[in-house]
Amino acid sequence: MNIRAMKIFLPVAIGLVILLVWHWLVAAYEVPRYIVPGPLDVAQTLVKDWDLLWGSLLITLRVTVAALLISVIAGSLIAFLFVQSRWLEMSLFPYAVLLQVTPIVAIAPLVIIWVNDASIALVMCATIVAIFPVISNTTLGLRSVDAGLLELFRMNKATRMQTLVRLRIPSALPYFFGGLRIASGLALIGAVVAEFVAGTGGSGAGLAYQILQSGLQLNVPRLFAALFLITLTGVLLFLAMVGLSQLALRGWHESELLPEH
Amino acid sequence: MSTDQPGGHLPPTSVPVFQARGVGKQFGDPRKKTGMRALAPLDLKVGKGELVTLLGPSGCGKSTLLRMMAGLAVPSEGDLQWWGGGFDAVGQSGRRLVFVFQNPTLMPWARVLPNVRLPLDLAGASRGEADAAAERALDQVGLKGFEQHYPREISGGMQMRVSIARALVTQPDLLLMDEPFGALDEITRNKLDGELLEWSRVRGLTIVFVTHSIYEAVFLSKRVLVMSARPGRILREVVIDEPYPRDDAFRGSQRFAAYCRELFGLLAEASSATRP
Repeated sequence: MNIRAMKIFLPVAIGLVILLVWHWLVAAYEVPRYIVPGPLDVAQTLVKDWDLLWGSLLITLRVTVAALLISVIAGSLIAFLFVQSRWLEMSLFPYAVLLQVTPIVAIAPLVIIWVNDASIALVMCATIVAIFPVISNTTLGLRSVDAGLLELFRMNKATRMQTLVRLRIPSALPYFFGGLRIASGLALIGAVVAEFVAGTGGSGAGLAYQILQSGLQLNVPRLFAALFLITLTGVLLFLAMVGLSQLALRGWHESELLPEH
Repeated sequence: MSTDQPGGHLPPTSVPVFQARGVGKQFGDPRKKTGMRALAPLDLKVGKGELVTLLGPSGCGKSTLLRMMAGLAVPSEGDLQWWGGGFDAVGQSGRRLVFVFQNPTLMPWARVLPNVRLPLDLAGASRGEADAAAERALDQVGLKGFEQHYPREISGGMQMRVSIARALVTQPDLLLMDEPFGALDEITRNKLDGELLEWSRVRGLTIVFVTHSIYEAVFLSKRVLVMSARPGRILREVVIDEPYPRDDAFRGSQRFAAYCRELFGLLAEASSATRP
């Protein structure tokens, strides 16, 4: 079997084994479904409550995608600015770090109080979490230019713009996509955490809201179903980023080359 | 066979392609321990169509000298002239200078053709014109048919050919090469040395070539400048009095061996003058 097929087959096989063990454990020990539901229970709930859950998923997804887009655009622009001026980077980078190391749960209540529109507040919280890896990775990438190529551009009297577009940006792409993969996961985490903080009183009814509600009502199968959808969303986002990265780096970058036999 | 006066055999009337007068390079403060003299003040003339080799042990300042010729480094003292003028006029027609790095220094994300086209793209040439010139340059270095390959898909020797094609595409008058074939195996290196002589003859190129290899220096050069370190200086100039074109028959000849022996002796002298 070739590497490509194994890459799909192996994780799927592991997943099936885990599902079987889960199903068997719940059945064998007769665990009540309000503590741990079996996988079939969760699947049934997923189908039964699909309309409710799908609506919530869309709300969470909208916040996540908006935060990711803003992180990518604003993060890249900030990285460009940092590379243009060392002074700017020196002055501002510590604050980017400050924002990153402060837990979002601690900032979210403030943001939610300050910003009237709940969905804008949620997007802001998720952006605060997701933007850092884009800034730091893209800055690193824009600086990680081959010294010889930089001299070559200098000797050919390349303008700042030519050097940015033809040399710095392509050099930064592998780093940028590394940052994007991390950011996609963080945007989702940020969105969910912010929804939690906004709580049941919030106007949004995203997946985190469903989890909170289900927890209060001891509707554990629905809680599991919502959890499953969050995880699935995270995985799909990650795969989408991997796909983008492959599209951009295929052919030339080591990270996207299949091992040769 | 050898003279002590670098450039002394040139006819006095010709304007040298490159001239250095009392040029030296000091890194850091000379009074402090951390300060380092890379190059003692030296004089050098390179005439049109010459192939001059800088040969010497590590740390003899040969790369520093070459980088000053390319305008990549600034001397701490002395005067540099290109075609009898300052560096500002370099790049005009008839005064084009190009530097070939030790590594191929290609853009890994771009295919071979856009890599070769790069200098023309940066200068704002039209796409069609640049493509045609790049294809001609690739044809000249024997890489026709590899236009759409990525650099990582071709061998180290072929990557170096791409690098040379990128240098030739600008129609240079002075080619500065910093150990361009140093990382290649001997067979590939000999082949490229032979072809380099061919290309330079066709284009009437002036070449300054830095190398560690005595054989390469003898095979290629009209003049070999043997350098020694601490401080870097030109120890001796050896004129290789052998007509071009040169081929493998020259490599196997008695004269070739005699030149190599002479250079071995000089290099030993250069190395003993500088305890590593």
